[in-house]
Amino acid sequence: MTSTDIIDKPSSKPVQTLERVVIRFAGDSGDGVQTIGDQLGLSSAVAGNDIATLPDFPAEIRAPAGTVYGVSGFQLQFGADATLTAGDEPDVLVAFNPAALKRHLEDLPEGRVLIVDPENFSDRNLKLASYAENPLLDDSLKAWQLHSVPITKLTVETLKALDITGKAAKRCANFFALGLTYWIYSRPLEPTLRFLNDKFKNKPEVIAANTAALKAGYHYGETAEAFQCRYEVPAAENAEPGTYRSVNGNQALAMGLVTAANKANLELFFAGYPITPASDLLHNLASLRALGAKTFQAEDEIAAIGVAIGASYGGALGITASSGPGIALKGEFMGLANAVELPLIVVNVQRGGPSTGLPTKMEQSDLLQALHGRHGESPLPVVAASSPADAFEAGIEAARIAITWRTPVMLLCDGNIAFGTEPWKIPDPDTIPAIDANKQGPTENFRPYSRDDKLARPWAVPGTPGLEHRVGGIEREDGTGNISYDPDNHQYMTDLRAAKVAKVADSYAPLTIDGEQNGKLLVLTWGSPFGPVSTAVRRVHSAGASVGHVHLRNLWPLPNDLGEILGRFERVLVPENNTGQLSTLIRAKYLIDAKGFNQVRGLPFKVSDVEAAILAAVEEQA
Amino acid sequence: MSAPVQELTRKDFVSDQDVRWCPGCGDYAILGAVQNVLPKLGVPKENIVMVSGIGCSSRFPFYVNTFGFHTVHGRAPTVASGLRCANPDLDVWMITGDGDGFSIGGNHMMHLLRRNLRIKVLLFNNRIYGLTKGQYSPTSPPGLKTKSTPFGSIDTPVNPCSVALGSEASFVARSSDKSVKHLQGVLEAAHAHKGTAFVEILQNCVIFNDGTWDHVTGKEVRDDSQLLLEHGKPLRFGANKGIRMNAFEPEVVTLGENGVTEADLMVHDAHRTDPSYAFLLSRLGFQGRDTPLPMGVLRQVERPCYEDALTAETKAATDKAAAKGIGLADMYRGFGKVSTWDVG
Repeated sequence: MTSTDIIDKPSSKPVQTLERVVIRFAGDSGDGVQTIGDQLGLSSAVAGNDIATLPDFPAEIRAPAGTVYGVSGFQLQFGADATLTAGDEPDVLVAFNPAALKRHLEDLPEGRVLIVDPENFSDRNLKLASYAENPLLDDSLKAWQLHSVPITKLTVETLKALDITGKAAKRCANFFALGLTYWIYSRPLEPTLRFLNDKFKNKPEVIAANTAALKAGYHYGETAEAFQCRYEVPAAENAEPGTYRSVNGNQALAMGLVTAANKANLELFFAGYPITPASDLLHNLASLRALGAKTFQAEDEIAAIGVAIGASYGGALGITASSGPGIALKGEFMGLANAVELPLIVVNVQRGGPSTGLPTKMEQSDLLQALHGRHGESPLPVVAASSPADAFEAGIEAARIAITWRTPVMLLCDGNIAFGTEPWKIPDPDTIPAIDANKQGPTENFRPYSRDDKLARPWAVPGTPGLEHRVGGIEREDGTGNISYDPDNHQYMTDLRAAKVAKVADSYAPLTIDGEQNGKLLVLTWGSPFGPVSTAVRRVHSAGASVGHVHLRNLWPLPNDLGEILGRFERVLVPENNTGQLSTLIRAKYLIDAKGFNQVRGLPFKVSDVEAAILAAVEEQA
Repeated sequence: MSAPVQELTRKDFVSDQDVRWCPGCGDYAILGAVQNVLPKLGVPKENIVMVSGIGCSSRFPFYVNTFGFHTVHGRAPTVASGLRCANPDLDVWMITGDGDGFSIGGNHMMHLLRRNLRIKVLLFNNRIYGLTKGQYSPTSPPGLKTKSTPFGSIDTPVNPCSVALGSEASFVARSSDKSVKHLQGVLEAAHAHKGTAFVEILQNCVIFNDGTWDHVTGKEVRDDSQLLLEHGKPLRFGANKGIRMNAFEPEVVTLGENGVTEADLMVHDAHRTDPSYAFLLSRLGFQGRDTPLPMGVLRQVERPCYEDALTAETKAATDKAAAKGIGLADMYRGFGKVSTWDVG
């Protein structure tokens, strides 16, 4: 039987239409929760919905089974219109074991759907999750629409016909649950069948088992009396025409960087050291050798940036990536890159800090580190991605600035962007503008610290006759680049480096204001709060509030038109997942009373929280 | 693209910058030796790059009229590695010192050596921190009184050649600032080596550790305190001494005494695949042992270089992609492995 057989068979149960649905899967780290979450996202996107996902997994790889701290979660929202967040609260919680129920039930509003697998509610698992009594057997869950579905049992029974062990059969239970979800929400099976066939190309027995489990789950929805109704979420109508795929931020960024190097006719050279949540950039780029991406796993974070600088000196586009602790280690070398004025991209996939902090959770607390976290006066441009798909554009923007101004650029992402997924309109590579690397050709009387009209110095690559020169960290004389301890020269060069970076702002596109163009409140954001804040601003604005929203891609230098826009509004609110870093910067630079709305919970903002903060700011008495 | 190689002379490699080392510093002799060797190599000047860390020795690139990069303390191996990987046509020399290379940069040194990138590493070992004005270094002998060790160093020194060998180095050699001809020969051998060429150069700091190598390089003692290595020749030194293996211990013997002849001596073989012999050599003369210090090439073996493998791997992948016409548009579609859908 093919999936088409199933889908084509008319359902005997009524179908209701919903505008949007939020589903959360939760189970042990080894339950495959992330996998089915990704699949549901893909299937929904292929069905034409807009989607956003939020994985939530522990730092431990396989924490002891059944424990609350070992629970892995995945939340997904799919909607019939623009969907910029994974949703505030789930409509459906699928909890594979008692620990998952314990950890996530508090987020599920009463009256909503709760699906559990009773077989996993063993005495041992109940004890591990600190349940004195089995919650499925008392009345403690009566406030929710509880569906006890024997997921594991039915999966094992379904797979008895196949020649696999019971243990292997149990591992397919996640696909049974996924199949049930597909039935409830009328999702297509094809994308997942295609995924299974690609992923397990050389393991036909695994394809067969997971396919059977997926279809069994789907059939179960149709036959089980407990499910009286199914739902559909119509395709989003406002999406731009084109061909789409689903991407996470680390994938999109890798492709953006490869695209930029290609458009600049440069070799991409990435050096990194494993660190969550940035390692996937190294993995993704390593898999793009066919497009010329060279990658280097260095011995440590410092080596990674040193290798990247060496590659840029040698004429490649040098890139390194890390997260907060690794970025701290790279600080000295960023100072060197600033001094020798070579192109370099330093990606910081931010996570909760300080120190090891929350390695798998998002935070935006490295903005001021990006701006100021080096010794000496060493300004460098800072660019931030706003969503998983936007990381593609942010990568190109960082490369454009780094190459054009021969400067290190900090590119800020976070765990939410890196791991979250959303639909991405596949671009036509021919429409992406070229970047002029403008390397210095052979010449005589070469002056390595001369300047072009952007105040950038020549990119003088070893191997080019006539360009022999010395560079280094000791202050360089204007023009010649020779060592200079002259007081006036240091003043001049310090001012020059700042002026060069300031000129980057001349190349930005004008800012756009979403909502009111002037009025009571301007909401100012950067980074991944773009999703929840945009959604919140649109809601309150359409309800009549005098609110505008500006989102910043470039954090340094700040856009030339920002000051004027700030002046058009009575108040400014800056929601950030830190304790108030952009708001501090705005207050210092523009001398205005910008207020922060700040959370550091390791989770993205809830739209409802931002909405309340905006309304409070609008209504506040001056 | 490089111009045809012209006849270059020593003068072509002298930069227009004043040399700022202390008068009498051993660095002058090393600089002279390098400037003598460079014209003989047949490498266009624009293809030569000197990369250094921080310290007295690391000022070296400023005085050589090639490309030069004075980087950060201890990290020259990383920049040099990135440079070689990005451009394998360049002739890369790395200048470091005992503090730069074996204290703050010890980790990178180990990884450079095991990766075997084609970089000449010149370690200026003066057993002191000079630029910071006289603290003991990781190669300082125990008991050395310095500003930071007023009661004498209580630290155990590293043996740079032993560490290099332990890091899978494919080329390990030693010379000194007092024997310029020997040093030039070692530098030429290092340049000819396909891989990381590690050269320890005993160097005198005239200000903070004057005479630290006199017991090895002094005119009166050097014949008896240096073991000049020549591949295929017996380990002989002094007027009539040599090195013989006694069980697992090398021992000094005198030819003609107790019936010892040259046939009893160990014969130097720099090309042994197993590094144990080279390691044994590296221990001679170290820290108060009454054996001479080996000078010359301790080890030289061929093995693959990291940047060659990376280049080959990348070329194979890009050639294959080019033959199939694979480009950015294919990458965006996950090379056909991800699901796509159309809107509108």
